Amino acid sequence: MIAHLPVLQVIVPLMAAPICLVLKRPQLVWLFSLIVSGIAFFISILLLQQVITSGVISYELGGWQAPWGIEYRIDKLNAFLLLIITAISTLVLFSAQASIEKEIPKDKHTLFYILYLLSLTGMLGIVATGDAFNVFVFLEISSLSAYALIALGKDKRALWASYQYLIMGTIGATFILIGIGLMYQMTGTLNMEDLSQRLPEVAQTRTVFTAFTFVIVGVCLKLALFPLHLWLPNAYAYAPSIVTAFFAATATKVAIYLLIRFTFSIFGLSFSFTAIPLQTLFMALGLLGIVIASTSAIYQTNIKHLFAYSSIAQIGYMIVGFSMTSVTGLTATLLHLFNHALMKSAIFLALAAVMYRLGNVQLSNFHGLGRQMPLTMAAIVVGGLSLIGVPLTVGFVSKWYLLVALIEQGWWFVAALVLLGSLLALVYVWRIVEVAYFKEPTNTSLAVTEAPVVFLIPVWTLVIANIYFGIDTRLSVHVAQAAAMSLFGGAP
Amino acid sequence: MLLGLFNDWIVIVLMMIGLYTVIAHGNLIKKLVGLTIFQTSVFIFYISMAKVSGGTAPILADDITKYSNPLPHVLILTAIVVGIATTALGLALVVRIKEAYNTIEEEEIQQQDNQIQTMLTQQTPSKEDNNTGEQS
Repeated sequence: MIAHLPVLQVIVPLMAAPICLVLKRPQLVWLFSLIVSGIAFFISILLLQQVITSGVISYELGGWQAPWGIEYRIDKLNAFLLLIITAISTLVLFSAQASIEKEIPKDKHTLFYILYLLSLTGMLGIVATGDAFNVFVFLEISSLSAYALIALGKDKRALWASYQYLIMGTIGATFILIGIGLMYQMTGTLNMEDLSQRLPEVAQTRTVFTAFTFVIVGVCLKLALFPLHLWLPNAYAYAPSIVTAFFAATATKVAIYLLIRFTFSIFGLSFSFTAIPLQTLFMALGLLGIVIASTSAIYQTNIKHLFAYSSIAQIGYMIVGFSMTSVTGLTATLLHLFNHALMKSAIFLALAAVMYRLGNVQLSNFHGLGRQMPLTMAAIVVGGLSLIGVPLTVGFVSKWYLLVALIEQGWWFVAALVLLGSLLALVYVWRIVEVAYFKEPTNTSLAVTEAPVVFLIPVWTLVIANIYFGIDTRLSVHVAQAAAMSLFGGAP
Repeated sequence: MLLGLFNDWIVIVLMMIGLYTVIAHGNLIKKLVGLTIFQTSVFIFYISMAKVSGGTAPILADDITKYSNPLPHVLILTAIVVGIATTALGLALVVRIKEAYNTIEEEEIQQQDNQIQTMLTQQTPSKEDNNTGEQS
């Protein structure tokens, strides 16, 4: 059983999805999905433990030996990502039933859980697999279910957002497919480990260069790197709240993982950063993303829009850390990946609770909400403080590492811009605080009461995690550092 | 040179036609058609990549020594299935968009979205009624 954990991680939610159809009753399906996600979480903990104690796990799918068969390869980076995804998924699912009752028609509830589980499968598959083509397949599994999930939103603009995401997402995935095809053409292999050994021999050819650029552009579309982010704000704003909470915390993280995997493990550090001026490019785009997206966030009136733009800015931080090609920089990226997942899922889940009570998340309706829904609004405030990077929250830890990495390299100007990003975050978080705490409640907000317990438990679990990992950084920093170090140490 | 890379030229031409259609057309169905052409070009790319000139199908028999690489063909079967799923989902979305917006032109949809946006921002909080954006 233990030997099969890598595949069980992916197979369990995949097999569970069709079983939902048999169960039919929404309550039952919800419970079932929650248990399945919980099992996946449990498996990911076991995997992480196993990786930390005994090193990289290689699993041959169906007993076919790699590089001919598909290999699942779990190292510290994978295991870390798997843990984040399954943990967030489980917590978010906890309040799913209550939230979708108000947002999705009754007859679609079962389908919602099926799509959710499939999307989870796709993300876990992308992360777990060690085969380049397998990445594409899982990418499409998660993306296709994501398009359908977003289209379930009750606002009609969700349909248009979903369609735009479908076009952009498919172009991105097809670019990755072209890149993988070109790599196969040159090396005759699809196994990542094998690719990383064979690519250096042909690294000087234009085909490999083309493959690299196709993959990078495709992945950047998926991770919503500025200026390829246009699909994201509407998709997050109009999707059902639960879907937003899940995707904001996981979907772009998976794409960042892919970026790291392709540049560091497959193409190799020296090729990736010399073939095209990746460092300058990503540094510039990351910074532009931070400044422009944070500024756009300030002008939003829909709170989900606001935090969606803030997500794009946070991706900018991760890309800046990535572009430094230093162990500290990559550690900061991985840490921020984990920390951002914690803060954004807390914020968006709290917004799901607001949506549940209020029916919308327009800033103009937040008047006096701090008194009506104290626990929910407090959660948003803590999440916001974490976004700004206030000490004792997780946001501080990752910003700190990012600044240390930047100062290590002597890039003071970039460090200043990163701090400016934090100031902009302060502005948009303050706008919410001001309306929610310092304005008199209106008739609409007076009718609102505190969110039900099913929301408060996961939200506050996440909030406490936000503070806990901001104080006791041993686990997150240790794993992120170890993963970053192993990425720089050559083979994954 | 030119003739030897015939398939690659076709791939690139199709790819550009597809991408151009996706970007340039405002009609949602035409966009999907462009997307499909774009994807098809990648299918051709994979299929022609595996062809060995003079090779036959990879069947184990005494007189066959030279055969094409079957792996990319199998890979692309998966990609074709994914492509069909994407097109089907896209078309389903267009149907729903048509029902909700009563148009499938990008510009008009954008216009309606902007109208909803301005209505929401102009609303005073006390007269809040957020049904404008909801689907029927």
